[in-house]
Amino acid sequence: MTATGTGYDARFRIWRGDAEGGELRDFTVEVHEGEVVLDIVHRLQATQAADLAVRWNCKAGKCGSCSAEINGRPRLMCMTRMSTFSREETITITPLRAFPVVRDLVTDVSFNYTKAREVPAFVPPQGLAPGEYRMQQVDVDRSQEFRKCIECFLCQDTCHVVRDHEENKAAFAGPRFLMRVAELDMHPLDAAESEGLDRKRTAQEEHGLGYCNITKCCTEVCPEGIKITDNALIPLKERAVDRKYDPLVWLGSKISRRRD
Amino acid sequence: MATGTEPPRPRQLTGVHDTSRAAIAARHLRTDRWWLAPAATAAGLLAFVVYSTWRAFANADYYAAPYVSPFYSPCLAENCVPMQDGPNWPVFGSWWTLSPALLILIFPLGFRLTCYYYRKAYYRGFWASPPACAVAEPHSAYTGETRFPLILQNMHRYFFYAALPVAGILTYDTVLAFRDSTYAWGHMGLGTLVFLVNIVLIWAYTLSCHSCRHIIGGRLRHFSKHPVRYRLWSWVGKLNARHMQLAWASLISVALCDFYVYLLATGTITDPRIF
Amino acid sequence: MAQVDRQQWDVVVVGAGGAGLRAAIEARERGARTAVICKSLFGKAHTVMAEGGIAASMGNVNSADNWQVHFRDTMRGGKFLNQWRMAELHAKEAPDRVWELETWGALFDRTPDGKISQRNFGGHEYPRLAHVGDRTGLELIRTLQQKIVQLQQQDFKESGDHEARLKIFQECTVTRVLKDGDKVAGVFCYERESGRFFVLEAPAVVLATGGIGKSFKTTSNSWEYTGDGHALALLAGAPLLNMEFIQFHPTGMVWPPSVKGILVTESVRGDGGVLRNSEGKRFMFDYVPSVFKEKYAETEEEGDRWYEDQEHNRRPPELLPRDEVARAINSEVKAGRGSPHGGVFLDVSSRLPAEVIKRKLPSMYHQFKELADVDITAEPMEVGPTCHYVMGGIAVDSDTAATVGVPGLFAAGEVAGGMHGSNRLGGNSLSDLLVFGRRAGWHAAEHAAAHAATADRPAVDQAQVDAAAAEALAPFHAEDGAENPYTLHQELQQSMNDLVGIIRREGEMQQALGRLRALRVRAARAGVEGHRQFNPGWHLALDLRNMLLVSECVAKAALERTESRGGHTREDCPSMEREWRPVNLVCHPVDPVPADPAADRIRLVRRRTEPIRPDLLALFEKEELVKYLAEEELYE
Repeated sequence: MTATGTGYDARFRIWRGDAEGGELRDFTVEVHEGEVVLDIVHRLQATQAADLAVRWNCKAGKCGSCSAEINGRPRLMCMTRMSTFSREETITITPLRAFPVVRDLVTDVSFNYTKAREVPAFVPPQGLAPGEYRMQQVDVDRSQEFRKCIECFLCQDTCHVVRDHEENKAAFAGPRFLMRVAELDMHPLDAAESEGLDRKRTAQEEHGLGYCNITKCCTEVCPEGIKITDNALIPLKERAVDRKYDPLVWLGSKISRRRD
Repeated sequence: MATGTEPPRPRQLTGVHDTSRAAIAARHLRTDRWWLAPAATAAGLLAFVVYSTWRAFANADYYAAPYVSPFYSPCLAENCVPMQDGPNWPVFGSWWTLSPALLILIFPLGFRLTCYYYRKAYYRGFWASPPACAVAEPHSAYTGETRFPLILQNMHRYFFYAALPVAGILTYDTVLAFRDSTYAWGHMGLGTLVFLVNIVLIWAYTLSCHSCRHIIGGRLRHFSKHPVRYRLWSWVGKLNARHMQLAWASLISVALCDFYVYLLATGTITDPRIF
Repeated sequence: MAQVDRQQWDVVVVGAGGAGLRAAIEARERGARTAVICKSLFGKAHTVMAEGGIAASMGNVNSADNWQVHFRDTMRGGKFLNQWRMAELHAKEAPDRVWELETWGALFDRTPDGKISQRNFGGHEYPRLAHVGDRTGLELIRTLQQKIVQLQQQDFKESGDHEARLKIFQECTVTRVLKDGDKVAGVFCYERESGRFFVLEAPAVVLATGGIGKSFKTTSNSWEYTGDGHALALLAGAPLLNMEFIQFHPTGMVWPPSVKGILVTESVRGDGGVLRNSEGKRFMFDYVPSVFKEKYAETEEEGDRWYEDQEHNRRPPELLPRDEVARAINSEVKAGRGSPHGGVFLDVSSRLPAEVIKRKLPSMYHQFKELADVDITAEPMEVGPTCHYVMGGIAVDSDTAATVGVPGLFAAGEVAGGMHGSNRLGGNSLSDLLVFGRRAGWHAAEHAAAHAATADRPAVDQAQVDAAAAEALAPFHAEDGAENPYTLHQELQQSMNDLVGIIRREGEMQQALGRLRALRVRAARAGVEGHRQFNPGWHLALDLRNMLLVSECVAKAALERTESRGGHTREDCPSMEREWRPVNLVCHPVDPVPADPAADRIRLVRRRTEPIRPDLLALFEKEELVKYLAEEELYE
């Protein structure tokens, strides 16, 4: 029943170090059938490197803690099956390379929490008491897709706007939080406008939507399969165009004043 | 310790080599053939650019009754070869002496240049920004689409509006293709099929556009109050998921369409008639 | 003398899951300066794993539902051992707690008339669970997280500091609740990242640390579930209640080994999935206990009709309470009718079209596809029981969530006992977090306000801080022959799984107590390498203390209770005994703590439950009460 009979030794290269420096170290570890990369990291901890730092939690791809880069690609370690690699290849694991490293596979992801605070929260509609909210399923579908996000920050890690340009971090919210803006702008009952907050305009003017050049790496890495680019970022760009570059739509909205 | 030579420039400490990040010298650690997709994209786009530039400036071999090359349709100058029932309307009169293709190609070119898919393709393929996911780009600074000229990408929807009549005219051309070389109606040749395939792909590509998806329904907040537009949005959404494939398919089909006309016009082949 | 950073707060919440965050929001909204400490990153708490939904009798799908029905279901599920006042408050307040989430931005699935949709779940008479596909826990945690961010944005506008009145200390662990006399004075913590110690001084502390699953080998719980809050309460002098009741979720994944224990949501069964043994038989029809006979279908045909027409048919037995299903699966596997990897088959593929499965159970579809390479739209899943939830916990006052005997210490969520009796219904945990999280935050804020005056404010004395620091550093000073904490942990898990697991016997539990004693002795010598910066071995060594304490409670209480009830099944005492209904088993810490690690740390006390209020009893039929209540209770 257990798979000990089918075990084999796999070669790993794992980055070890901290903010002062570090290097890729070689390890040879036993691997059993049905295991994922995170299992191997745990086996290393238990047998060869007790102080190997790694973040993890649910082991089922639902909490988004065990983000790392495996063979150079941002992935969740718990969702990367060992069977996707050949037995001969050496598997390289590094911490996320867009964020400051803390130790070994753990990075400082506070950038994301800072950005989360910069997006104004949901504004509840006036005059509707709790329990009186009525929303149709077709109207919540879009925002619900974005709320599947497990905040693994792989999209933030892979996005070249900040990955390759530290200096852009101040101006750019990153795919995850631009998607949050889209989610709120598409929320059927968000009353931001009543407070003078135009999410379409601020997406571009305050959260750096213009930095996105829609090269879709965020969508490629999303473990939840959210179509970040097609369903959140591009629609948000189009909404910004409505506000800023389309006189007809602008005029129409001024005349009719109707929210659809 | 003067050696007479300049000291080597310090390594660019930004991006993945920023001092706060994990100290890894490699620009990337990908082991797959990540360069294949951008290389293929660049090669494909380059081939089309070379071909279309040649054909657009050629100002010849673009009409073989009843077929007009999509590069030259509508033909808007007096120097166009005569085509019965159009689509040549000499609105630019006789002062235009260059290839009439240049007058009209600006619209499909602009549409595709600002298209959300093609942007991704050439940013990756030509500009290496980024070359592939998690592969460090070679540029030291990046401002994306926040400044001129790339801020003009926001004009995509106007090119979409322009692409609609162009697609309409190409549809008209396809209707005209149901004639024979003597302009008698009710005939089909292999060319008619080529035109049919092309126009279907052109429409599919045009309607699957992200701007179209937004205009048709995406901009609404409450789909439930607009059931018809919601249904249209859902259809466009399905097409939109294939926008990349449609972009390539229609790019190839339009080039093939033109090439077919070229072969006919130069007499290299004759159009096999079906009926 | 340990030099540690000290900060002053009004309320400190330990744990940032649903209960902790809800408590923090409430405390902050009532004016208390509130700090939240959590072991993981903010927003990663185990609450995200909850799939099914939040039980609240809003009556959106079936208008016959109301709090009384919900109360009845909860009491039946808990086999009447619930702290009835908690069950009452819970049933009454759950709808408001759900509606409130909507005003904070939550997006639940909708009914055709635009209300919050509600789904069926085991043990609930009506469709009652507000849900978002099968990721309700994620929606809950994200909504609370975003509400906290909203409060911080508000504080930023007023004071220029996001964290002026509400701060999250993420990736920090609390190792001790500090006291001033008998009152709470603060907590001793370390930063996981740097290993730096610090003290948060506060007159009120809310424990919301979740469960104890990591003491067991097969569990759906994450590494965080090491019983920290239970142990912190005990070490501070607050007793635990009914720790023998542990829910084994009937359907955990059994293959592949790396994901063994991970949950397969009950919605799979609620939406039409059926359980079959290796002979292809729907065996649950053979396992309907007599107390439930009238409520469940007797034939497959009737059970199947129920999915379409719930008014006129009885529900299929796959939707029996979790303890019944878990035991049934266990019996089938023992009888040799299990699946290849030691579970049974849960099949939805032959029941629903692939498209419907993907739409209704998207994360299950992905979980199996990506973790096990199984396409649940085409083949059955293999499932088996997994340690899921502890019904027992810190003894609390129903209305205020205050612990017993330690003023200023509160507890809410899974770490608190009583609410669920001997068995929890699916969907009742998320509502529990919200209802009692809010109450804990509310009363903690009031308690803090009453002790805010400097003269009244409990003080943290340096000796306690030094002792806590020395305790935390002990693993670095282990001598030669130090024990590997990973090995100790594995042995503990194996012992608990084998000897105090889903089916229990007296001899085995005595054996377990012996092993726990031996492990305690060895754990005193647990040692780690490296330094304090993000050192998982060290963290585990510290958590071991908590797991060992909690395991001792579980084993002792399980040995004492000579009956089977809810999440406690004794092979040697297989029936539910009415005499045990009014008996609570309470674990007190042995005081003073014995120096010898081999000595017991826990003293078990029997305590009679408070009689159920007559108007609540009147909600049940007499015939039903006869099955549960002890003779003398019926005449009261």
